[in-house]
Amino acid sequence: MSGNSSDAQAELIRLRRENELLREKLRQSGTQEGVGADRLSLPEYERYGRQMIVESTGGVQGQLLLKSAKVLVVGAGGLGSPCLPYLAGAGVGTIGIVDNDTVEVSNLHRQVIHDSGKVGMLKCESAREVLGKLNPNVKVVTYPVRLDYSNAFRIFEGYDIVLDCTDTPLTRYLVSDVAVNLGMTVVSASGLGTEGQLSVLNFQDCGPCYRCFYPTPPPPTSVASCSEGGVIGPCIGIVGVMMAVETIKIILGVYTKENFKPFLMMYSGFPGQTIRTFKMRGRQPQCIACGTERTITKETIESGIVNYNVFCGSRNYNVCQPEERISVSDLQDELLDMDTTVLLDVRPSHHYKISHLPHTVNVPMKELRNLDRSVDALQSRIPQITESSDVLVICRHGNESQLATRLLKDEFNIKNVRDVTGGLFKYIDEIDPSMPKY
Amino acid sequence: MANVTVEFLGGLDVVVQKQRVHKLHLPAEVVSVGDLIEYIASTLIKNPRDVAVFLEDGGVRPGIITLINDTDWELEGQTEYVLEDNDVVSFTSTLHGG
Repeated sequence: MSGNSSDAQAELIRLRRENELLREKLRQSGTQEGVGADRLSLPEYERYGRQMIVESTGGVQGQLLLKSAKVLVVGAGGLGSPCLPYLAGAGVGTIGIVDNDTVEVSNLHRQVIHDSGKVGMLKCESAREVLGKLNPNVKVVTYPVRLDYSNAFRIFEGYDIVLDCTDTPLTRYLVSDVAVNLGMTVVSASGLGTEGQLSVLNFQDCGPCYRCFYPTPPPPTSVASCSEGGVIGPCIGIVGVMMAVETIKIILGVYTKENFKPFLMMYSGFPGQTIRTFKMRGRQPQCIACGTERTITKETIESGIVNYNVFCGSRNYNVCQPEERISVSDLQDELLDMDTTVLLDVRPSHHYKISHLPHTVNVPMKELRNLDRSVDALQSRIPQITESSDVLVICRHGNESQLATRLLKDEFNIKNVRDVTGGLFKYIDEIDPSMPKY
Repeated sequence: MANVTVEFLGGLDVVVQKQRVHKLHLPAEVVSVGDLIEYIASTLIKNPRDVAVFLEDGGVRPGIITLINDTDWELEGQTEYVLEDNDVVSFTSTLHGG
């Protein structure tokens, strides 16, 4: 397609979207179902009838509780995507969405609130569009920012409940700490692979918080994201939907201070589907966020005294000198002279099987470590390798390959090892876009 | 000499040959959950490198929740808990993806 016509196409999409939004506004101003937070309009009776006749919702009274509820959802990804439409559908009056990410094609197998036409669009805006169409009575507020210590209080204030749909320990501690300081209940969930976990934290400002469960953060090396570890869409989706159930129960007052028991639910999708509920510890008196002697306060958070980056740490992959690295374009030249060079791919074998460069040997990082510095053992996997071989190491993004380069040089004493900067994906981006990325 | 079930959830089965559930007939000297943890590290985990995924400074690594019969071990005496026949001890990694 020529540049001009693709520009026109983009313009057309933009105009269609604008048109849709304007129609939406018109619809809302002209025929709004809502009549104020203290009563329901006739169309609202019709819309929510099927849930109002479930006796445990409390009928009209329960519906009014939902209507006046203000729920903040942090993250419109794998958890937020399936959760948000149910909150809007149920008639939660105000929904805030915090997310500064844009929609990527690789999100769509699980983040089903977005669609292929919205690639590149802010996730919070994409979600807002869908919710507006699903239920125009709901007020949706978007925050296209990355949640951090300096903006969290400003965003959280005014909401009743916060849903933690984030994807790192750092944001999970932050969400919990800020919620504790504002006395908000947190519905917290997470997922990876085929499993998910869900909990209600700081319930009515008396239940345990995230730090009660996890006073010490996990070592950064043990933390995997969905893009690294992979995730099955409906497995994380079901956990997102379970978050909506918990949120509705909290709003309707199904949980009370008297009957609420701290729990952690664990969903497993494979091989047989199970949901288990573990009974958990209560609020810990020695907890630094919600205990008797608190040091995590609005002041210490906002001033940066509580340093989440230092607390959670991060993996250091920058362990190679510039001369120990090779660019993907130089790699391309070396590929022509592969007789003497060993090109070693250290990704897990199920990654390698999806796509890899020709003339590569796959020895996953974990296996490489297990060879215990033995060149003999290494030769059983790569017969042609010697201590004087030229070795180029590649992985997905150029992180693990740096660690592998160090390992081969320092522990196997192979002298000429270089890391392919940016890994296979950079090679695909810059040299050969015909190869599959995943 | 208790028969207990030990589970490794949340991806933690990588340290025990990808087998989530292990039914164990424990030797007489394994009395408490603390003993069981040592037993797992010395017997069940075959690759010594994987012990560091399970233990840190001699205790269960931060980020792993330990449950005794589906109850947080904090409520059950942690390592001191004395194992009984048919107990289920579960270890689960905390997930962070979203």
